Amino acid sequence: MNQEVGKKEPGEVTTLYNEFETWTVNTGGQTIHAKRMPGFFRSFKDKAQLAMWLPFFLVPYLRWNGSQAILFDIQHRQFKFFGLTVLPQDIWMLSLVLLVAAMTLFAVTSVASRVWCGYFCFQTAWTDWFTWLEDKIEGNPTARRKLDVAPWTFDKIKKKLIKHTLWMLIALLTGISFSIWFVDAFEYWHDLIHLQLPTVGWVVIVMFFLGTYILAGFLREQTCFWLCPYARIQGVMTDNQTILPTYDYTRGEPRGKIRRGGEAVAPQGDCIDCFQCVQVCPTGVDIRNGQQLGCITCGLCIDACDVVMDKINKPRGLIRYASLDELSGKPAKKIYQHPRTLVYLSIILLALVGIVWGLTHMGAMTLKIVHERQPLFVQMSDGSIQNKFDFKVLNKTDKDFRVKVTAEGGVKGLVIIGAEQHPMTHHGRGTSFTIFARAPAANVEKDVVPIQFRVESLDDAKVFAEYTSKFYGPNK
Amino acid sequence: MSDKHDASSVPTTGHVWDDDLGDYINQPPKWWMLGLTVSAIWCVVYFLYYPSIPLSNGGTWFKGVGGWTAITEMEADKSVVDEVRGKYEAKLKDMTPAAILADSELTEYVTRSGKVLFGDNCAACHGQNGVGTHDKFGLFAPILNDDDWLYGGTIDAIHETIQGGRQGMMMAHADMLSEAEIDTLANAVAAGKPTSTPLFAEKGCTACHGEDGKGMQAMGSANLTDSVWRFDGSVEGIKYTIKNGVNAGTPDTRVAVMPAFQGSKLSDAEIKKLAVYVYKFGGGQAQ
Ligand code: SF4
Ligand code: SF4
Repeated sequence: MNQEVGKKEPGEVTTLYNEFETWTVNTGGQTIHAKRMPGFFRSFKDKAQLAMWLPFFLVPYLRWNGSQAILFDIQHRQFKFFGLTVLPQDIWMLSLVLLVAAMTLFAVTSVASRVWCGYFCFQTAWTDWFTWLEDKIEGNPTARRKLDVAPWTFDKIKKKLIKHTLWMLIALLTGISFSIWFVDAFEYWHDLIHLQLPTVGWVVIVMFFLGTYILAGFLREQTCFWLCPYARIQGVMTDNQTILPTYDYTRGEPRGKIRRGGEAVAPQGDCIDCFQCVQVCPTGVDIRNGQQLGCITCGLCIDACDVVMDKINKPRGLIRYASLDELSGKPAKKIYQHPRTLVYLSIILLALVGIVWGLTHMGAMTLKIVHERQPLFVQMSDGSIQNKFDFKVLNKTDKDFRVKVTAEGGVKGLVIIGAEQHPMTHHGRGTSFTIFARAPAANVEKDVVPIQFRVESLDDAKVFAEYTSKFYGPNK
Repeated sequence: MSDKHDASSVPTTGHVWDDDLGDYINQPPKWWMLGLTVSAIWCVVYFLYYPSIPLSNGGTWFKGVGGWTAITEMEADKSVVDEVRGKYEAKLKDMTPAAILADSELTEYVTRSGKVLFGDNCAACHGQNGVGTHDKFGLFAPILNDDDWLYGGTIDAIHETIQGGRQGMMMAHADMLSEAEIDTLANAVAAGKPTSTPLFAEKGCTACHGEDGKGMQAMGSANLTDSVWRFDGSVEGIKYTIKNGVNAGTPDTRVAVMPAFQGSKLSDAEIKKLAVYVYKFGGGQAQ
């Protein structure tokens, strides 16, 4: 198809579309009522969606040591993951998690196109569930189309009412399930039932309710066409080596209806132009026009086509997962010959290393020291040199404790002043205090020497943090 | 909004550029039209809710049905801050500076708000963070983060200094001492051993600086034996100080005046905060 475009003479505004008599752009004017057909990809999609999103509904109810196992506790600024508590200071690991997620998306897409869109995306999943309900209540696509234009009889009202009520219930449950990742699930339900949610709670639930109801109930494939950036991003992640649902045009064309009994007048391809692939497509795409923006690569058209091929005794796979290389007869390359994928994989690996390092090195305490810049040092009345340090100690344990401050390195005869009272550090909070380090002038030989401070819990010597700062003296 | 388009029948806007680019005049997608309409409605609501239309007569404006003003929003925000501060401020009110210092949480609060106060009121002379400032004669105002204090470095002494101000006082000795005597004294002082010369006692220096030359904090006379200098610590600088004195009323005299801050300049609470803040610079001394 692309080659055909190339052959056209430039100079005409409509050149781009010359290969079609009409061109189609789905702007949502018509509701797409896709047929549901059993098959390999259908059941894979069903399972993938559930595996991805059932945890979304259920995991918040999981308990661990009496409290919610996974909780993004915004109110108290901490992230609870089973026994682990991550404070905002360690949230940088979250960016690595997001990086892993993004790169996994890219890597998978570069190998097998929009796997996310076809089988996992919430837009796909919710739309699929919504249309499944629609199918159960209003009947198959033909019946649905009829019902849509039928006059408002009691039967129609009943069907529509049931459908929309169920949709709204799912939408509501979606909003609730989202919220309880951020506040305790049971407390939330309690507050919800007693209508005691804080304003922001209501705003979130209303937003998610409306969002789910509208996006999955009405906008559907329009979301993928015009709203979702991933559709475009993933589009550019694919190349000639990427496998995607493809219509084998060399085998299928010229397409034509099968003539029962009679001989074909002209040589005929395997495609019998039955439109099954178009009818099952949730986004209303005709895959025979080539890979296109609207295709979320869900493979449902493959299922449909295979059924047809079985019926007319032709081999399966007129529509199949294939790469452009394969289709144009080039030898298929191995995955390790796909640099793009390798780059994504190595970024994933690096990010994972970072996360593991972060989790194992989080420690029970962090220490940040800022050396006073102005003045760098002060000469005291006995001639000694004094430096001032601002200590910021973060106690990441679940207990308050007092700490002692010691220093190594620096200058001979150095004394630490300011921690005699053993400052108190409160758990889950930063504590700051000022420490002075003073040394006899005669021992201060260089203008800058490194000094390593150590802050240690009085209760448990294993809870400590170290930080290397500098001790400044006069320029000699 | 039809979905099927006969490629040759959709008209373009008629304008063609770059040889073959034109604009079809298709309807925008439904969701886009929806968005446009909703935005337009939003604009109207916004316009009515907030103050928006200036009226030419009398310099007034349409106030908006929501009754929003920038100043009330600011006041509301400020009251939130005040509430946070309130519990500390209430405690501070009846506490002595020494008591504040004994409370680590209050001390932290005070040192944080003290930074702003110090910047506004003190840093002009004492420098940011109390590093001192210099003029052409040398140090203009004392360094506040060492432990040498003319009038004492206890929290109460510092508090008193800020409240009442200070005025240094030293007679000009140009007419009382010979050049040679000034020279001997200056050298002894510069070496940190003022008592090494009998002149120190004979000429009456001890009356202010003490028998041992360590100064008297009650009158603010300098300690001449330590290594921190209020004025230029070189032999020449010391000679200048001996000759011209401090605040001695002569044209060349050294000037050392700290204004009083109690009363009109700062509130009692602010002075307390500053005292603690200065004490915490690193030179504060126990009672
Ligand atoms: S295009 Fe966007 S919304 Fe649609 S399936 Fe893909 S990721 Fe989901
Ligand atoms: S064309 Fe096929 S693979 Fe693409 S979205 Fe439609 S049914 Fe799914």
